[in-house]
Amino acid sequence: MKQSAGQHPNRRPYSAAVPEEAAALRPPSFLFWSAVHVLCCLVSAALGFRFSRLLFLLLFSPASHHHNHHHHVHLLRQPPAAVIPFPPPPRPDLPPPPPPPTVAGRVGVGRHGIRVRPWPRPDPAEVARAHEILVRLQQEQRLRYGVKDPRPVIVVTPTYARTFQALHLTGLLHSLMLVPYPLTWLVVEAGGVSNETAALLAHSSLPVVHLPFHEDMPVLWNDRHRFEARMRLRALRVIRERRLDGIVVFADDSNVHTMELFDEIQKVQWMGALSVGILAHSAAPDATAKRQQRASEQETSPLPIQGPACNSSGQLIGWHTFNYLPYAKKAATFVGDGVTVLPTKLEWAGFVLNSRLLWKEAEGKPNWARDLDEVGISGEEIESPLDLLKDASFVEPLGNCGKKVLLWWLRAEARYDSKFPSRWVIDPPLEIVVPAKRTPWPDAPPDLPYQRIANEGGHVEKHVSKKVRSYRSKRSSRNKKKHETHVDTQVSEMSSAQEK
Amino acid sequence: MIGSAGDVLEDDPVGRLKVFVYELPSKYNKKILQKDPRCLNHMFAAEIYMHWFLLSSPVRTFNPEEADWFYTPVYTTCDLTPSGLPLPFKSPRMMRSAIELISTNWPYWNRTEGADHFFVVPHDFGACFHYQEEKAIERGILHMLKRATLVQTFGQRNHVCLKDGSITIPPYAPPQKMQTHLIPPDTPRSIFVYFRGLFYDVGNDPEGGYYARGARASVWENFKNNPLFDISTDHPTTYYEDMQRAVFCLCPLGWAPWSPRLVEAVVFGCIPVVIADDIVLPFADAIPWEEIGVFVAEEDVPKLDTILTSIPIEVILRKQRLLANPSMKQAMLFPQPAQPGDAFHQILNGLARKLPHDKNVYLKPGQKILNWTAGPVGDLKPW
Repeated sequence: MKQSAGQHPNRRPYSAAVPEEAAALRPPSFLFWSAVHVLCCLVSAALGFRFSRLLFLLLFSPASHHHNHHHHVHLLRQPPAAVIPFPPPPRPDLPPPPPPPTVAGRVGVGRHGIRVRPWPRPDPAEVARAHEILVRLQQEQRLRYGVKDPRPVIVVTPTYARTFQALHLTGLLHSLMLVPYPLTWLVVEAGGVSNETAALLAHSSLPVVHLPFHEDMPVLWNDRHRFEARMRLRALRVIRERRLDGIVVFADDSNVHTMELFDEIQKVQWMGALSVGILAHSAAPDATAKRQQRASEQETSPLPIQGPACNSSGQLIGWHTFNYLPYAKKAATFVGDGVTVLPTKLEWAGFVLNSRLLWKEAEGKPNWARDLDEVGISGEEIESPLDLLKDASFVEPLGNCGKKVLLWWLRAEARYDSKFPSRWVIDPPLEIVVPAKRTPWPDAPPDLPYQRIANEGGHVEKHVSKKVRSYRSKRSSRNKKKHETHVDTQVSEMSSAQEK
Repeated sequence: MIGSAGDVLEDDPVGRLKVFVYELPSKYNKKILQKDPRCLNHMFAAEIYMHWFLLSSPVRTFNPEEADWFYTPVYTTCDLTPSGLPLPFKSPRMMRSAIELISTNWPYWNRTEGADHFFVVPHDFGACFHYQEEKAIERGILHMLKRATLVQTFGQRNHVCLKDGSITIPPYAPPQKMQTHLIPPDTPRSIFVYFRGLFYDVGNDPEGGYYARGARASVWENFKNNPLFDISTDHPTTYYEDMQRAVFCLCPLGWAPWSPRLVEAVVFGCIPVVIADDIVLPFADAIPWEEIGVFVAEEDVPKLDTILTSIPIEVILRKQRLLANPSMKQAMLFPQPAQPGDAFHQILNGLARKLPHDKNVYLKPGQKILNWTAGPVGDLKPW
């Protein structure tokens, strides 16, 4: 800082100025003193240290002369300033040196020792204590400046056991563990309660309610969207029965949530709507498709966001829904076909509700909500939470009236013909092993025909060279988690960069 | 529960005292400022802002007969080197010249020999007018100011350059600049101890041991490898933001015991860890520094980590609550224009608390206490 800099570096640049004052002395004494000064400099240079201080202390220091002498010699025995360009090395004064000659009761001016303890390393117990202090202080900060009277959060997640369940649930689990509010997680599993899911859920320290849904997950995406809605309804009924209190969030296991989402939903009164980013665009499509897409996007450029639409005074006037058309031809139809999955018009993830809306009786419950017992009976299809209401105009827009995207919707499932190791355990061992000495990056290949490698949802397409095809197929049979497919892409990009 | 740190901070000085401002020729104030406007931004700018405040304050009176205090606007800390540091060599002569002027043109100085006059001397060692402590002690307080009240940033017990009855003030820190660097208060404080500044002053004290009485070097040698201590000599652009993310901010002495770090720590809610033996902190009679900050003796620096981690959590929380009190922060600042409860008002409160003047303040006719030829020969040269 300029101010604090003012204190130090050139604090005393006027050692040049000081002789000015002394220059008033008469010439003869001036000559004498400069001769003495030169002599002393020569002696110091010969000895290797400034002996003038030593002289002063020997002559003028008070009691314990010998003791002082010993310590001060120790203190002063160091290379002169000209030799060290930088801060001098530490001088561990094990017994603290006696203070310089001081007047009784005053802090003395003059040289003091630099006190260093014998083992200046952090004590682990103290570090742990400091972290405890920080945690407690941050808690207090949140209480003071964060949301007042935070309400608990009830998370509803439909899931079922499949290849990518571990991937999705692990991510969601970690997000939920970071939420600073009391949380209850209702996991509805299609096909009944399974050990795989239970094992995954056991990793969290969250209170989980694992609900079975005794029907199997359908294969066609259209059917699946409806099925999931029924699963969520099941969870809502449980909330109603048990009169759970809090804010209900529909967190699908493959979605990604920001932490601000959980702070923002605390503002909801009865039912809120947020903007959801739809990740329906493939990351590295093939060149021709890319050009087509770019062209089409330039024409229509729809924002792949679903959420509330507001007028200028911040009132809800409508909804942004997802525009299908650019993706219609390439949409996935069945689970695992390796193409983009499209969302429904309004996804459940974009809505949050106060659990009291679901209760039989609740104080202040508005009359524009339908009674939950009447919903979903006799074959009624629930598409979005708006079907739970009689009047959708009372929904509150959250996240700065929908301007802030607080979560992302994504569906990614393993391709039907993928060969991921079951339960993500490699057993039996892999049949092809790459010797360690061989570098993973091949020599620059000239031509890059494209080859689609087994992955999900068509999100990542690989550029592979003929030369490395064998390498690629070797890697494909190894454990291929989703993030590694991205690594592969980087590798292939690097190889194409090397080529250039 | 907002920490209540004493309602003395919120006293209103208006009506409790009257201040007469001497009209000095502009060579003592305006012309100096015109020559170098940097004086408005450095940490000694309080002398200028105090003058401007008093000119338009309701405590000002144009009738010297009813004044309780007399103020002499002389900017002694505005003779800057090219790099912006004030040279104190002409200050004694400037001050002496100003006093000669007011004693000849008005009768009020001679009436009390300055005992009801106050001067703002914000330089390193106050009215000792030198940056080097040994030389400052040698000079002592300017003889002419022996009876006057000194408003200064320097404060150290049992020190020649702090006389009884002085008012210690914080150094000037730019309020608007600090305002623009505020971050949301719910940003979690994740740095345990924070410090940015020199540990060794290689230019002036290459062997170490003189600068900061070795305390800063001790901090570095003991804690440079400690993950809880975020200390370095960097000058980051996020200095203010970092302080708001820290729990403890070290305020060790440098060449003088005071520093703007204390002001910055209070404004940003970081608990100041004062490492300066016998220091006298600003407005010590109005601000309960013991309850807000942590005081560590210079000889205890090697145990600083143990000391800080063994403070009970309730005590830390209480200190943070007291620091969050806006009147505390306000008392450390010199805002333009002045606001109630700010440092200007605290100075006036301090002056008001010294009223009414003792009867022995007024000299009998013919009585003289000050010796106008005392002090180093160089000081007697006219300015």
